[in-house]
Amino acid sequence: MNWTSILPEILIASTAILIVLSDLVYPKRLLTTALALSGVTAAIVLSVAGNYNLSTSLFSGMLVIDGWSQFLRLILLGVTAGVIFASYDYYDRLKGSWAEYHAIILFALTGLMLMPSAGNLVSAFVAIQISAISLFILVGVLKDSRSSEAALKMMLIGGIASAVMLYGMAFIFGTTSSIQLNEISLAIGSSGDVSTGLLLGVLLLAAGLFFEIAAVPFHMWAPDAYEGAPTPITLYLSAASKIAGIAVIARVFVIAFSQPQSFAADWGIAVAVISALTMTLGNILALMQTNIKRLLAYSGIAHTGYMLIGISVLGFSQGLSGQPQLLFYLAAFALAEVAVFTTVIVITRYLNTDEIGDFAGLSRRSPLASFVLSLGLISLIGLPPTAGFMAKLYIFTGAIDQGLLWLIIIAVLNTVISAYYYLRIVKIMWREEPSSNTRLQMPLVPGLVSVLAGAGLLLLGIAPYLLIKLAETSLISLP
Amino acid sequence: MGILSIIIFLPVAGAILIALIPGLNARLTRYIAMLSTIVPFSLSLYLFGKYDRVLGGFQFEEFASWIPAINANYHIGVDGLSLTLIVLTTLLAFISILVSWKLNFRVRAFFAWLLVLQASIIGVFASLDLLLFFIFWEIEVIPMYFLIATWGSGRKEYSAMKYVLYTLFGSAFMMAGILALYLTTGTFSIPELYQTNLGEIASGILPLAAIFFLFIIGFAVKLPIFPLHTWLPDAHTDAPTAASIMLAGALIKMGGYGIFRVCLGLFPESAQEFAPLFLALAAVNIVYGGAITLRQTDIKRLIAYSSVSHMGFVLLGLFALNAVGLLGASLQLISHGLITGLLFATAGILMHNTHERHIRKLGGLARQMPVLAGIFFIGSIGAMGVPGTSGFIAEINVFLGAFSSKADAARVFTLISLTGILLAAAYMLTALLKVFFGSPKETFNHVHDVTRLEKLYCAIFILGIFAIGLYPKIITEILQPAIIALASLWGG
Repeated sequence: MNWTSILPEILIASTAILIVLSDLVYPKRLLTTALALSGVTAAIVLSVAGNYNLSTSLFSGMLVIDGWSQFLRLILLGVTAGVIFASYDYYDRLKGSWAEYHAIILFALTGLMLMPSAGNLVSAFVAIQISAISLFILVGVLKDSRSSEAALKMMLIGGIASAVMLYGMAFIFGTTSSIQLNEISLAIGSSGDVSTGLLLGVLLLAAGLFFEIAAVPFHMWAPDAYEGAPTPITLYLSAASKIAGIAVIARVFVIAFSQPQSFAADWGIAVAVISALTMTLGNILALMQTNIKRLLAYSGIAHTGYMLIGISVLGFSQGLSGQPQLLFYLAAFALAEVAVFTTVIVITRYLNTDEIGDFAGLSRRSPLASFVLSLGLISLIGLPPTAGFMAKLYIFTGAIDQGLLWLIIIAVLNTVISAYYYLRIVKIMWREEPSSNTRLQMPLVPGLVSVLAGAGLLLLGIAPYLLIKLAETSLISLP
Repeated sequence: MGILSIIIFLPVAGAILIALIPGLNARLTRYIAMLSTIVPFSLSLYLFGKYDRVLGGFQFEEFASWIPAINANYHIGVDGLSLTLIVLTTLLAFISILVSWKLNFRVRAFFAWLLVLQASIIGVFASLDLLLFFIFWEIEVIPMYFLIATWGSGRKEYSAMKYVLYTLFGSAFMMAGILALYLTTGTFSIPELYQTNLGEIASGILPLAAIFFLFIIGFAVKLPIFPLHTWLPDAHTDAPTAASIMLAGALIKMGGYGIFRVCLGLFPESAQEFAPLFLALAAVNIVYGGAITLRQTDIKRLIAYSSVSHMGFVLLGLFALNAVGLLGASLQLISHGLITGLLFATAGILMHNTHERHIRKLGGLARQMPVLAGIFFIGSIGAMGVPGTSGFIAEINVFLGAFSSKADAARVFTLISLTGILLAAAYMLTALLKVFFGSPKETFNHVHDVTRLEKLYCAIFILGIFAIGLYPKIITEILQPAIIALASLWGG
């Protein structure tokens, strides 16, 4: 067995334990952050050095480390680094549980990183639970009424989702006598048709998984949780948790349910319909929001819809190989979210309000923050020359190639709707008169992170080829 | 880096310079902006002179691999039509800088956005790769939004947002069209697509006619074609003068150019099949646009609506699907750029000096502002298509082309469209009479006339209008090869 391929996960989990221990001996703000960051950085270095076109199976197939999981690992680690950086200025509100907060972020990360590598249903479930339980705690970490309510809601709904998911898994096991993803595929393939029990199992499993990524109609928890959570955790939820969720859905569905072909095409269409509903509802509800965190929650739901386009395509393409669009989309989305949230965190902390109306005239008080935020929002709309444009273009190309033109027409019209609410924020920042003229100095660390994210958005928008190449390489070893 | 790339990206460099130099004063900003427009203008004139009119085709091509995974390239080059439009755009950009010389509200941001706008419009005309074309097409939205929303007047924010949403709505369909075309043929390259006979590729993702319509919706919003025109009067009216000039003069030409380059060039069969529909829409544009113009009371809105009517002529000429009609449409694109540019510039001066834009409240200004009255008069005769002006040459070719078109009912639509000339005379003369003639009003006794700088840029427009009107060969010669090649798709 080749242990080295899960070294990054082991490293992250041990860093988490180390943080808790070090806090007992020498509780210091900087030390905790430095430990967490060095763990994440070391994991990034290890992941970059990994071999992207090789597939390794561990623990008799429970985990499969291949290009897919390695590429996503990089995205997740990157987002987590952003979250840790962004949390640094939250010290005064998290003082009492500073080390625990960081340790739990890393525990959640361990789960998130394992999700795309899940080789069977049980490991998928366990990975999801590791991250989900950690995230409940993180959402409620502020302990005020909003935060606690959000955590409770999330935990209750998440608990139901887990139960539903587990119930579905039981059905799948019952009909195919296997929990191993590739064996399930073989079992379905050899029996030749899809029994009612199996179908029920798949439906329940899908419902549970769709809770994780807040797809319509399982999206209700997201806005409350996003609003109540400390903003760095909102970033964590909206980027890392969503991306890992999409990754696990893609893996489970492609590996386990790509046989027979007609069945795969059926769930492809079903996902396409959910995708259309999710993006449309997300965008329409986002139009009415005045709170930046709620707005970003709904915009995130809309983006879940766009990501589901990528999953739907997988139903028709019968495999991940040659379908790097989804990976590119996830990377571009993560980058845009980091850019948007790091600036929003600084701004809302400084203004002490989450209302978009209070962003008025921000461009004069902090041109840098306004610029990066605008760039991130433009990337979320999907306008050139940003990464978001390339990502949308690329994912749309894949979908039209599979005959999903109707879905793409809906998606591009949704883009137009979304332009309205994203640009409204841009307008408020650049156009309206500021209520005061005091300068908002961007603190060094978030300033640096946001500049990096902004530069990345432009780089990927103008020269996307390197990342596309990496995504293609990552999928070589996959079916 | 070739000359064409310099023409596109020098304004961007200027914009970055203006945005990044800390504490740059307004005066220096203006000079940097002027430099970043006059150099591209000179270079485009140089290319205009150097273009081989006998050889024709795409020249000054530049090629670099960009995204190999989807076979997208940085591929630019120009033929007669796009080169002439680039000359027009660089000229209008230069004049826009002069027009805005006295502006003193957030000067740096204004000039930076204006330069980015210019670059994206030139990029659209120069792109030979559909993806690149689309990116330039989309980038233009952001600078225009800020130009209208920040430095505009009236319901500027409403108009700016309306502009953005309409444009994005149109380009949404265009994007689907580009992708469908790409997945059918495996290439974004326009010259390569010209070489392939799309009609022979049977197993497309979509019927060719559907792709044709996806594209034309995008272009129809921009041109604009009825009923997608409603953004235009708002945006043109509420934009600052410089943005109105760029919008009416150069930006909406992207729509006509797109139809010429993509819809007609790549889908000749569909174009032929649906020609009657678009000829009918052209007639609606001309007559309906003209009739609405008659009822306008705001001087800028009047000019804006006249554009709807005049762009109808472009559509009429394009879908005549013969060499004469295409030549007329191309001439109309250029000519309208100069004439509306001049009209918006004079309207800008008028509004700036009198602080009044309501036609009924103006009057008798020929006494107080004789030079401006003269300039406006020249602009009006251009818009009416009086012989000697470029407007005449363009319209006569459009009508000749449309009348001899082989499409069903082409003659009927041409005859209906002829009333457009009458309408143009009616609204332009009414405006001229009401604003400049009649008894002078005392309130305007102390308004000053045109300054030297204003005379200068108006003179450039007037020179262009008469040069093309009296000696059209300067541009018809360079347009011919592209037009003949296109018209040969329908047998000349």
